[in-house]
Amino acid sequence: MTTSPTEPVPRTSRSAIPSGDETVTAANGAPAVELRAVDKWFGQVHANRRVDLSVSSGTVHGIVGENGAGKTTLMNILYGFYRADRGQILIAGKPVVFRNSGDAIATRIGMIHQHFMLVETFTAVENAMLGAEGSPLLGPAGRRARRKLAELEREFGLQVPMDVPVGELPVGQQQRVEILKALYRGADILVLDEPTSVLSPREVEGLFRILRTLAGRGKTIILITHKLAEIMAATDRVSVMRSGAVVAHRRTADTTVSEIAELMVGRQIRPASRGVPVEPGRSLLDVDRVTVRDSSGVARVHDVSFSVRAGEIVGIAGVAGNGQSELLEALAGLRPVATGRILVDGEPAVSDSRDRRRRGVAHVPEDRRRSGLVMPFRACESAILGYHHDPRYGRGLRLDWPAVSSDTRGRMETFDVRPANPQQRTAELSGGNQQKLMLAREVERATKVLLVGQPTRGVDLGGVEFIHDRIRSLRDAGKAMLLVSANLDEILDLSDWVMVMAGGRIMGKVPAGRAAERDLGLLMGGVRKSDVPDRAP
Amino acid sequence: MEILLAAVVVLDSTLRLATPLILAALAGLFSERSGIIDIGLEGKMLGAAFAAGCVAAVTGSAWVGLTAAIAASVLLALLHGYACITHRGNQVVSGLAINILVSGLTAFLAVAWFAQGGRTPQLPDSARFLSMEWPGADVLDAVPIVGVVYGELLSGHNVIVYLTWLAVPAVALALYRTRFGLRLRAVGENPFAVDTAGVSVSGVRYRALVCAGVLCGLAGAYLALAQSAGFLRDMTAGKGYIALAALIFGNWRPVPAMLACLLFGCLDAVSIRLQGASLPGLGEVPVQLVQALPYVLTVVLLAGFVGRGVAPKAIGVPYTKEG
Ligand SMILES: Nc1ncnc2c1ncn2[C@@H]1O[C@H](COP(=O)(O)OP(=O)(O)OP(=O)(O)O)[C@@H](O)[C@H]1O
Ligand SMILES: [Mg+2]
Repeated sequence: MTTSPTEPVPRTSRSAIPSGDETVTAANGAPAVELRAVDKWFGQVHANRRVDLSVSSGTVHGIVGENGAGKTTLMNILYGFYRADRGQILIAGKPVVFRNSGDAIATRIGMIHQHFMLVETFTAVENAMLGAEGSPLLGPAGRRARRKLAELEREFGLQVPMDVPVGELPVGQQQRVEILKALYRGADILVLDEPTSVLSPREVEGLFRILRTLAGRGKTIILITHKLAEIMAATDRVSVMRSGAVVAHRRTADTTVSEIAELMVGRQIRPASRGVPVEPGRSLLDVDRVTVRDSSGVARVHDVSFSVRAGEIVGIAGVAGNGQSELLEALAGLRPVATGRILVDGEPAVSDSRDRRRRGVAHVPEDRRRSGLVMPFRACESAILGYHHDPRYGRGLRLDWPAVSSDTRGRMETFDVRPANPQQRTAELSGGNQQKLMLAREVERATKVLLVGQPTRGVDLGGVEFIHDRIRSLRDAGKAMLLVSANLDEILDLSDWVMVMAGGRIMGKVPAGRAAERDLGLLMGGVRKSDVPDRAP
Repeated sequence: MEILLAAVVVLDSTLRLATPLILAALAGLFSERSGIIDIGLEGKMLGAAFAAGCVAAVTGSAWVGLTAAIAASVLLALLHGYACITHRGNQVVSGLAINILVSGLTAFLAVAWFAQGGRTPQLPDSARFLSMEWPGADVLDAVPIVGVVYGELLSGHNVIVYLTWLAVPAVALALYRTRFGLRLRAVGENPFAVDTAGVSVSGVRYRALVCAGVLCGLAGAYLALAQSAGFLRDMTAGKGYIALAALIFGNWRPVPAMLACLLFGCLDAVSIRLQGASLPGLGEVPVQLVQALPYVLTVVLLAGFVGRGVAPKAIGVPYTKEG
């Protein structure tokens, strides 16, 4: 770790500051984190422009901004993962130069990454230990890690299976592992890059309680999220980024959701129109007593039956890890069905995703990096995955690249993927823009059924509004839609019917209008309400 | 009794023939688990054999020869690392380049220095690793079965064979029970996770390559100082590739990889026994056919069974974090 001048970097002050306090903090009066005129280029892309940011210790500081605004890049610079082209980082008033994340960790900075940094073949314990083993032999280190993780789980109510390779866990649980991993390392400055995108409301509450506690103990928290309600609920101050620059700082108490939204996009966000629901038609997707097992033979979905009719949206709510992901994958033909049948428009479908596509079923996977996109591909290659036989993209063995490219550009523009450059490598798009690219590929392809998992994961406000509009208009055009999301508001907003899954079973199906949040909460907890009808009338 | 004796003889030579394969496969395990493809096992082994042959011939000491072998092999491993880790070069190309370079260079230098047609001088026994008889082998000889197993199978190998027996559990322990092993496995699966955990990706990978170098050094020294009495031109004869196949066949795990090596060694031993033998109904087995057996089996096994193997996810991909 190099510091200039030569003194070692002092620890952040631990004196607790009342949250929301105006005074800039720490023993020597310096803020816990200060970024001065930070600039970062990725080739032609100016990802951060002369960013100034100052975060007081003992506070929760929110950062908001549209997809591609440069939030992740900025935090990766603070975490030593990227190096700024220009500018300065000061920790507790002392200038520091981070050559790598190891240096940042040594300065007690921790980060929860938007794109999980997990080794999929490792268990939660091994992932938490990695880089913080404490001793050359794993035996004692593993026992220590297990104890500490168990404590953290109890203290913060974040349950995860400890001995299953994390690659086999659904995204919601992976998110918890990523959070536990950061808490395990016990940083003084903790950066959270969209930690709540696939958590259920109760888990989000739990996480915010943790953040409050940590801030109360003098830790400094930086929180990135697209959900402005979370900013209002959890932060003391908020900074707004737009196209790489920080355009405003506010005290959370002095601002409103609509002001932040306007600062973010530079225009007013109109409330989403609910559209005119059409009368549902015939059933397009029938699930008949389906049971799904995971790779180790454990049943994840038990004897589930329901149907989705043309012109309706059925939402599946539930705490992550209750079989929603497995059900969605089975419906998409990615996972074999152990028993039971799946009918598309009345015809039985085999477990094969190509078969589904032929039948007009499109699928937006929950995890864009794992099963949606190929990171090293150019955007136009990622944008035709699975649809490369489309005659628009060329005949016979030949792919017509100019046609692919211009088609992709059109899709990117419609879905507001920025930059709308079909030649950009997929990995170089920001998280939200990757999500939009995947939606752009799938959504229009659904001629009968659209299966969507976490559709707006990591997408900014304007994008969410647009995507919801699209999904509604597809519904109005008579498609059948099944929506799995950790975001209850999204489910209530979009769905005509809400089903709740707990322990691999459907606990109930209620019309969205009647679906009071409290009832859903009970159902999610596995309480079956007798007055809730099990199947749609 | 006849059959037992024949079996023991075959098993005994299986152990001898499998030793360099096991060492090379373990070497490959280190590099490939860290995410670096290691086609260059062959070249590292050959370079090590040459260094061992030269230095043992000059100094008259097998141990100094062994040290030189390890040094040469580690240097080649570092060269591979410099090309693939530091400069993010193509790992297959770099490995092949090392194999071709070493094959040509050793033959050339051997001719230039020793003028014996591409070999190093015949080593006296004092400059080789000889088989070590375990105490009591001659006494137990009279006891049926136990005597043969003890005297022929367990006793009577050279020090590198015994080192290899130790190396397999040692590597397994290192891989699954130590901090280094954890980081090594992680870096081959997801280097980003290692980097953001504050651990240097290049550091772990270089260390893995050094381990690979040491093991290939042992393998090369075994060829030149134990199995033969000096270096012979291209004496590795594809063993590096077979070891790589065994590694893949063993799913990048130490014990299964060792078993695969023993299988290849056994085939080799059988094929040596079969040479000149005549089988009922077939007549004399053609030598070429017998010698081809291990290679045919490699292809069959790799084609037929390895489909389910799961390679380290990040293997072959140079680590870069910015576009
Ligand atoms: N490794 C990279 N190589 C090239 N360009 C990149 C790279 N990472 C990010 N970018 C570009 O930098 C800009 C900022 O990206 P960043 O990931 O910081 O956005 P973000 O604010 O985190 O967005 P989101 O809300 O979608 O996560 C984007 O235009 C993106 O395409
Ligand atoms: Mg981001």
